[in-house]
Amino acid sequence: MNNKGVDMSKRQFLTTALTVVGAVGTGYLAVPFLAQMQPSVKAMAAGAPVEVDISKMEAGQLIRVAWRGKPVWILNRTPEVLATLKTLDNELRDPLSNESEQPSYSKNPVRSIKPEIFVAVGLCTHLGCSPTFRPEIAPNDLGEKWKGGFFCPCHGSWFDLAGRVYRGVPAPTNLVIPPYRYVTDTQLIIGESTEEKNS
Amino acid sequence: MKPSRLSECGNWVLDRFPVTKFWNEHMAHYYAPKNFNFWYFFGSLALLVLVNQIITGILLTMNYKPDAKLAFDSIEYIMRDVPWGWLVRYMHSTGASAFFIVIYLHMFRGIMYGSFKHPRELIWIFGMLLFVALMAEAFMGYLLPWGQMSYWGAQVIISLFSAIPVIGDDLSLWIRGDYVIADATLNRFFAFHVIAVPLVLVMLVFMHIVALHEVGSNNPDGIEIKESKDPWGHPVDGIPFHPYYTVKDIVGVAVFLLFFATVIFYMPEMGGYFLEHANFIPADPMKTPEHIAPVWYFTPFYSILRAIPDKFAGVIAMGSSIVVLFLLPWLDRCPVKSIRYRGGIFKKALFLFVASFLALGYLGTQPVTPVATTLARLFTTIYFGFFLLMPIYTRWEKTKPVPKSLTKVLSLEEKLHTLEEQLPGLIEEITEKKPVSTEIGDPAFKGAFFSRRPNPEGMINVIRRAAKKAIGSLD
Repeated sequence: MNNKGVDMSKRQFLTTALTVVGAVGTGYLAVPFLAQMQPSVKAMAAGAPVEVDISKMEAGQLIRVAWRGKPVWILNRTPEVLATLKTLDNELRDPLSNESEQPSYSKNPVRSIKPEIFVAVGLCTHLGCSPTFRPEIAPNDLGEKWKGGFFCPCHGSWFDLAGRVYRGVPAPTNLVIPPYRYVTDTQLIIGESTEEKNS
Repeated sequence: MKPSRLSECGNWVLDRFPVTKFWNEHMAHYYAPKNFNFWYFFGSLALLVLVNQIITGILLTMNYKPDAKLAFDSIEYIMRDVPWGWLVRYMHSTGASAFFIVIYLHMFRGIMYGSFKHPRELIWIFGMLLFVALMAEAFMGYLLPWGQMSYWGAQVIISLFSAIPVIGDDLSLWIRGDYVIADATLNRFFAFHVIAVPLVLVMLVFMHIVALHEVGSNNPDGIEIKESKDPWGHPVDGIPFHPYYTVKDIVGVAVFLLFFATVIFYMPEMGGYFLEHANFIPADPMKTPEHIAPVWYFTPFYSILRAIPDKFAGVIAMGSSIVVLFLLPWLDRCPVKSIRYRGGIFKKALFLFVASFLALGYLGTQPVTPVATTLARLFTTIYFGFFLLMPIYTRWEKTKPVPKSLTKVLSLEEKLHTLEEQLPGLIEEITEKKPVSTEIGDPAFKGAFFSRRPNPEGMINVIRRAAKKAIGSLD
């Protein structure tokens, strides 16, 4: 046994070495612990496409379907609505959808494949509430400027009937358009793109 | 005399486990200032509510099902079919609101009497961590009934995290464990609400109390009682916590339970403030309720979020409104602790802060309108102004001289005595002599009281004097 006293530098080295090795071990253990809170395989697989029959939809009617647990709206727009949409550009934050999320085939002023049939994820891009469908023009509670659209009751965001966000409201971007395609003229599949089918 | 078997058993334990030492250190020989007033009830009441939440919480988990398909029905099952289930659940839901009432008052006491100042900064920090943990606990507990408010409230709050640049979307996905609020979210919130956060809470309460007992309690005069000690080494202005304050706190507990029981039995929903009406509808991911608002205790912070027109800036403002409270011990530059000896500017600033906090709380329960948004912005400015301007206005504060030892607290008997002395003069002032009418023949009506009538002029004078005194006390 060594009686010359404590070798401080050796003790320091051992302490540092143990700390580093311990930290690496803790780091490795933290990965599975944190990663197990990620969506499970089952949750990731649950995003199956949804088929919708739109043959019975009347003009101006909105239907809601669930896709990946989110509400998806399908709206049959009247020619008057489509005419109104063209006049709104000055009041919108992103009228051409340059900063918004949509498939390339929906990146047009009316944000859809067929102008009259509008498909969108019905969640506000601010904090994820589902806006209410308010097609009427200038109702009492929303005022003169309202030309019909979607109103978010949570924090007061305004969207037009193409899901485009107005200026001066909390929502940053237009409503998200999901990938979708037409199987037949009256049959939609939500969750699949035209390109995917072609390729 | 030979020691009894029982005391021998007791000694056997005491030789191995320091119960007496612990008891003396924290109760019988812990000296607390002798002038604690009404505001000092809320610490022990918070502990009582914590115990209530833990016990009723354990009982609720025995029948609750943390499953998106079963959760809502299992709550109704508890309310209707489980013996006394309604009572246990209402005790738990009312306890959540009571917790925040008690904690807000406890925090206000700390700000008012400077209990966060040197040497008690760490007590304040532990307390603030407790507050944050409590908010997390309440938020996650609110998802469990799986009603409409549970669902959409959680949707909004978790979406707040997605506002963080770069990592935001992945972070909120990780918190939810699914692409939307779903069964996975409910299940993990249950785990956090029932195990993780309560453990943190209990640990922090322990640290809060250990830190408090190390430096000793502050008091309404803001004087360090440890600075003057008697020959036995006890603070002259201190009294042992047990029995003096244990007995005092029992009175507080009794009064608190009176209010608590009234709410549980007569108004458990508190008009939609403690349990929101929309939460009696099962969660529907397809439809947001017309008007969504958080539970009342989150509304001041929610108002701040809504007041800012930008998504990310709003989240930052809401976060800062809580972070800024942590910094309080370093923002306040005034050496005087108690509001009793502080300058008028601090009293006025504190008054404005409390008023704006309450106003923000009210606005947060209301729908968004342009007027409400403007008001919310004004009160948000005052809220932050109170903290951020504090280093400036507290430095040149005109304080009053702080006494060397505690000021005398009048006993109830003495207060009654002064009142008794003042009362005849007061009656003289607010009434005037009625001209004696001889028409009432009954001698019983000739008493002193009936021969006088109210004097509006005198009353106005009294009210004016009281108002002047109230305003004067702000300086």
